[in-house]
Amino acid sequence: MTDHELMWRIAGGSGDGIASTSQNFAKALMRAGLHVFTHRHYPSRIRGGHTYTEVRAKPEPVRSRGDGFNCLLALGDSFARNPQEGAYYGDEEVKPLSENLDELNEGGVIVYDTGLLDSDDIPNFDQRVEENDWHVYPLNLREIARDHGREVMRNTAGVGATAALLGIDLQYFEELMAESMPEDILEPNTEILHYTHDMVKEEFEFTHDLRVPEGNHDEEQVLLSGSDTIAYGALDEGCRFIAGYPMTPWTEVFTIMSQALPEVGGISEQVEDEIAAAALALGASHAGVKAMSGSSGGGFALMSEPLGLAEMSETPVVLVEAMRAGPSTGLPTKPEQADLEHVLYTSQGDSNRVVLAPGTVAEAYEQSRLAFQLAYGYNIPVILLYDQKLGGELMNVPASHFDREPNPDLGAVTTEEELEEAPHGPGGKFHRYRYDAEDGVSPRSIPGQKGGHFLVTGNEHNPAGHIDEDPTNRVTQVERRMSKLDGVREFLDDKNTQTYMGPEGADYGLITFGSQQGTVREAVDRLNEAGHSVKGIGVSDMMPYPVEEMTEFLESVDEALVVEMNASGQFRGLTQKELGRFGDKLSSLLKYNGEPFEPAEIVAGFEASIEGQDVPDQQTTYVPAAGD
Amino acid sequence: MSAFSAIGEDREIDREEFTPTLEPQATWCPGCGDFGVLKALKQAMPEVGRNPDEVLLVTGIGCSGKLNSYFESYGYHSIHGRSLPIARAAKLANPELEVIAAGGDGDGYGIGGNHFMHTARENHDMTYIVFNNEIFGLTKGQTSPTSPKGHKSKTQPHGSAKDPIRPLSLALTSGASYVARTAAVNPNQAKEILVEAMQHDGFAHVDFLTQCPTWNKDARQYVPYIDVNDNDDYDFDPTNKEEAAAMATEAEQSLYEGEVLTGRFYVDADRPSYSEEKQAIGEMPEEPLAERYFDDDYEWERTHDLLLDRHK
Ligand SMILES: Cc1ncc(C[n+]2csc(CCOP(=O)(O)OP(=O)(O)O)c2C)c(N)n1
Ligand code: SF4
Repeated sequence: MTDHELMWRIAGGSGDGIASTSQNFAKALMRAGLHVFTHRHYPSRIRGGHTYTEVRAKPEPVRSRGDGFNCLLALGDSFARNPQEGAYYGDEEVKPLSENLDELNEGGVIVYDTGLLDSDDIPNFDQRVEENDWHVYPLNLREIARDHGREVMRNTAGVGATAALLGIDLQYFEELMAESMPEDILEPNTEILHYTHDMVKEEFEFTHDLRVPEGNHDEEQVLLSGSDTIAYGALDEGCRFIAGYPMTPWTEVFTIMSQALPEVGGISEQVEDEIAAAALALGASHAGVKAMSGSSGGGFALMSEPLGLAEMSETPVVLVEAMRAGPSTGLPTKPEQADLEHVLYTSQGDSNRVVLAPGTVAEAYEQSRLAFQLAYGYNIPVILLYDQKLGGELMNVPASHFDREPNPDLGAVTTEEELEEAPHGPGGKFHRYRYDAEDGVSPRSIPGQKGGHFLVTGNEHNPAGHIDEDPTNRVTQVERRMSKLDGVREFLDDKNTQTYMGPEGADYGLITFGSQQGTVREAVDRLNEAGHSVKGIGVSDMMPYPVEEMTEFLESVDEALVVEMNASGQFRGLTQKELGRFGDKLSSLLKYNGEPFEPAEIVAGFEASIEGQDVPDQQTTYVPAAGD
Repeated sequence: MSAFSAIGEDREIDREEFTPTLEPQATWCPGCGDFGVLKALKQAMPEVGRNPDEVLLVTGIGCSGKLNSYFESYGYHSIHGRSLPIARAAKLANPELEVIAAGGDGDGYGIGGNHFMHTARENHDMTYIVFNNEIFGLTKGQTSPTSPKGHKSKTQPHGSAKDPIRPLSLALTSGASYVARTAAVNPNQAKEILVEAMQHDGFAHVDFLTQCPTWNKDARQYVPYIDVNDNDDYDFDPTNKEEAAAMATEAEQSLYEGEVLTGRFYVDADRPSYSEEKQAIGEMPEEPLAERYFDDDYEWERTHDLLLDRHK
């Protein structure tokens, strides 16, 4: 596999431009005709501390990180040289090199900056190089950058060097730099790029055989993250109001929306806290604007009460929940899928909400649009659940995927003409919560509409919205609100939102949700290539749960492995609860160390599950089937 | 026909339009000050010239939160302390609505205290009525943020060790551009202040003294009250912030000593409202956003060009 794929890792300190450099690198490879995928790793620190981004590139579509990587560009961590001696962070100078070696594959290439890193500080470095057949190219990138521009341009020198070693055409980098840099920075950067590239070609004899693969796209591609696609989906669906409070990783969606909304005449509000944020979204929605809010774990916890109010009052709203590892503030910059139960059941009373969990960057656009269609079509809160991995990873997607018509339809609302005919109470209040609504969806009126005034309340209420504790009214209203989920289920079934992988008739199933979908897909492919009979399903509907599809899937296999990033098997639990059976068929593969699965770990987990072995990787946990 | 044809309707408004017929029966106790707020609000509406379909009254939770059950308009009876964020977003979504938020002292100065500070700071164009009865009414008589120091209740059996909140001063320092206090026992002044507050272009805070004869039996009925704008003993200029602040402080202190000072404490007619500020920096459209969803001719932007531009 490594023969025709590049897995390039750039490492350095947080704040050293690792993210932007890798983004450009990925874009350059995409423009060169390859499929790309990035995987980000960063500490919860503003400046300094070990950070890296991997760019995986292949001629075929890539949907996950690889197993390890095969080319390292180690830049120095410029913030590691702590001026306060003996400060808490201690001596981290060599981390960009040392921390990455464990995952570097055999035969891999290393480029490192001798200006900031000293391989002598790494125990057994030479011995490890020899044992692993690594090909090392030490270069004083810092000095080159300083001589030809400024020291911070070390990144560009590093890119020039790896481009030479891997045979990547500089033209793509030049174009990208020209598009994004002002003249005075562009010039020295271009010089550094060329200088390093040519120097490496002249001065080194290449001992490695890794070269960038060749590829070709048959249509135009764009490079996007899950946060981007969630934002674009919302905008295309006519969302013009967002309210939020920063919290990693939700901040990405909030930022993208805040920058785009003024351009399209929409409103973004950074407010005092998450309770306010969700409440603002409800207020804007009530007044007739498509609105969203969101947060991550702890911030979403604060939104619990407004969420319940949205359910009871049937105020449409989309809330996004970007999961990071918990509990509490947990691992602020690391992914986990452990907020599923929180999002399904938080807030008092019976849950009456929709929860969608997109599995890929492209799907996140789809699901974001769906979220608004459902929220406004059914007057119900919809939660878009994803994690730090999906939010931050970049992937190429055909541009045509996003070439759609906007849908600003406000959904289940009345017009003033309809209000004239609609039933009203004795005081003139519009019967907004009428009992006999089709599909359970009683259309709302918008403040300012003539003849439309009514009362919204979080208390149980009668058709006009008045607080009402009559048992018959209570039962009627509960049942009407809950019945909306049946309509949502039908709507989703028509859209075919689950993702199937592998041969239909396979004996064994892999089940996953959210951001692990791409990795599971790769594992399914590898397992079938290796002669196993495996298919997979990436589930995106958490509530209402796709009972029929999952029953069919599970009936068709002998056994199934549920892959998820948490310690308690929350999605497996949901599956068993919803289906009420199959406990004897379902095993779990869990990972909760702050890193997403690698495909090989799923392959190993599969093998362990069919052979009843322990999972070899210490970082994953295998939980066998439990019986019903 | 515009999508919101109730807005800006030019006709005589009758206060009775705001009274629900038949349902529901008020659940407030006999003698409750909340009746006074309801009455003053209904009386104010014809003068403000707004009809029930263009008014959005957002309330929190508490006896006070039930205000919109007895008031005929668009109403949002929300959750404890959260009326302000809901109300201000509705105003941003459609600035042509008359937006009023209301709640109790526990609701507004306790659980919703943070929102109070920030809404005042941003100077949203809306009216905020706080029913200040110095007690938690609906949950049966616990100490509230405005209860006097030493106030005994079932949850503070030894008497509160806390100094009360100073709502007028808090509103003023937070940035409210209209700050007033009135009392349920004087519906005429209350009505006048509410009319002014609604006509004011900015955040108008009205601390509304309401007696709770059920749980706060010791509390005064807030009589005799003095109107500081109409009494020669109190000479201050409500448009001057320093003088207003001194007067507010005096009023807040003397309330607990038995002297009920009411009136307009601060009026800043020049400060632009939040929507105006936001429009000026290009972060809010001039036309009401909500209208757009009903405008068949509006060309909705697609993200595709943006996407090609940034992500190719
Ligand atoms: C989050 C939350 N906490 C507590 C309550 C219970 N609760 C309802 S009303 C109320 C006190 C209301 O007091 P106040 O705001 O002074 O209003 P009043 O009833 O006196 O008008 C409380 C604590 C609630 N509904 N929600
Ligand atoms: S408890 Fe107090 S505030 Fe509540 S209705 Fe009765 S008198 Fe009014």
